[in-house]
Amino acid sequence: MMDISVLTMLVMVFVLSCMVGYFVVWGVTPALHTPLMAVTNAISGIVVVAAMAVAGGAHFDPRLCWVVRCPYPEHLGLMQGIAEGLGIVAVALCAINIFGGFAITWRMLAMFKSRKQVGKEGKGA
Amino acid sequence: MSGADILALGGLLAGVLFVMGLKGLAHPRTARRGNMYAMAGMALAVVCALLGPRVAGYIGIAIGLGVGAAVGIPLARKVKLTALPQLVAGFHSFIGLAAALVAVGMFLREAGFGLVDAKGAVEMAVGTAIGMVTFSGSIVAALKLQGWVSGTPWAWRGRHVLNASLVLALLACGVWFVGGLGVWPLLLIFMLAGVLGVTLVAPIGGADMPVVVSMLNSYSGWAAAATGFMLEQPLLIMTGALVGASGAILSHIMCTAMHRSFVSVILGGWGAANGGGGAAAGGQPGGGSVHEAGIADAAFMLGEAERVIIVPGYGMAVAQAQHAVKELFTLLTGRGAEVTFAIHPVAGRMPGHMNVLLAEADIPYDVVQELEEVNPRFKETDVVLVIGANDVVNPAAQTQAGSPIYGMPVLEAWKARQVYVVKRSHRPGYAGVDNPLFGMDNCALVLGDAKAVVEGLVQGIKHG
Repeated sequence: MMDISVLTMLVMVFVLSCMVGYFVVWGVTPALHTPLMAVTNAISGIVVVAAMAVAGGAHFDPRLCWVVRCPYPEHLGLMQGIAEGLGIVAVALCAINIFGGFAITWRMLAMFKSRKQVGKEGKGA
Repeated sequence: MSGADILALGGLLAGVLFVMGLKGLAHPRTARRGNMYAMAGMALAVVCALLGPRVAGYIGIAIGLGVGAAVGIPLARKVKLTALPQLVAGFHSFIGLAAALVAVGMFLREAGFGLVDAKGAVEMAVGTAIGMVTFSGSIVAALKLQGWVSGTPWAWRGRHVLNASLVLALLACGVWFVGGLGVWPLLLIFMLAGVLGVTLVAPIGGADMPVVVSMLNSYSGWAAAATGFMLEQPLLIMTGALVGASGAILSHIMCTAMHRSFVSVILGGWGAANGGGGAAAGGQPGGGSVHEAGIADAAFMLGEAERVIIVPGYGMAVAQAQHAVKELFTLLTGRGAEVTFAIHPVAGRMPGHMNVLLAEADIPYDVVQELEEVNPRFKETDVVLVIGANDVVNPAAQTQAGSPIYGMPVLEAWKARQVYVVKRSHRPGYAGVDNPLFGMDNCALVLGDAKAVVEGLVQGIKHG
């Protein structure tokens, strides 16, 4: 097994993804820069994965405090409850981005037509 | 291979689908398929996360997803396309807030059992700070774009000192938080970063708004990546990096198109001082007096022209003239003329905005050309029709070294045989700079509301 830390692995993922993003985005035609923003809105909704872990994360058993040091044993329930609430709000916010972002991208892209397509529809009408 | 490995590979596949989704935007033909790839990627990512061990309760998640769908889909279907920039800015703010809430929520979950270590604390502090700056900055940007607060830069004295102190205070709170792992410094970071977002974006405005929107797009990506580091989730890091890179490139393209440095845009205040100066200078430089033309004259020239280029600006969209322009386009092409649309990168209020507005009016994308593509063609063009644009056709950008827009790439409309500029008045454009084009012999102003003028041109050509 390699002796590198998780953080180093994640930094590698981060740097390589920035490179991929850089080259892919330069390939996007300027005519589609607004749909690009809308679709990046949608995929940045990926934070929902983290939000779900906060909203629906397993409830730690308070008996865990017999083993580990709990700094505020009397507030445990409250802290878990607030975290869950914040998580649900975060899930909703991300979901607005995901559904809204993909829907608006879809709506925009459906309008982009070539001369041929516009001509055909004109005759059909 | 364990279950966790399979779910991680599912996440990798989702990341690949996102890349393919962006790749599809290289051409309008492949763009819709790209969007489907990205949607599939998101569905896969959500399913993998739900199956993973981190998620045990589903009711709250279902409520959150349901609310998101119920709000997001109608919003996307009903929004007017002129209002896209503020919608996009609003979306950025949601991601920012979500990232900050996730960081605080994660802290509350883990801190109760003393599970937060120094490294985790750093990541939580960073995630909260980036998220909140994105959130409040985007809210300010959206309010400015919507016109609910003044869109001009609010340049107050000492704002750089204020911003620097806020950053220092954030760093101090960060050290305090990592050292003590208490909840108060984290909440302080939450609030201070929220204030910083406002004070960073408020001084930027006017013509710089496309850069701001792109920059916040980038921030929302970095916020997602920071969340990924906190939860050790490679998919969030991959996706955040893609979005962050995308926003950064768009900011760069917008800055180049305005010949501004990114730093000077960020420092803000531009447009507030310049607008006053330009207007005060007054008059029309360039020697020539301004010609005006009637709709009938312009219609006659357009009717005779073989090659026509239309330069649309945001004014066209504000006047809701797209559909009249489409009618003019159909009429002229029907008469055998070659009609092209020339788009400057900063036409509209966000990158690519004008292309969407033209597409909405059913103007085919293959007659719409970008600046580099179209500039060599002006000299072979009979008539150029400029509708609601001004600064982007200003020759001063190439000739007057002292002009605030000197060096900015512009559409070389003046090289055509005849230029008609449809304008509401003689006032200078958004950047507050006078336009010598209007004084040139081959240029005439057609004064009036863009929609009425274009409809008049259509009638004139039909009956001429």
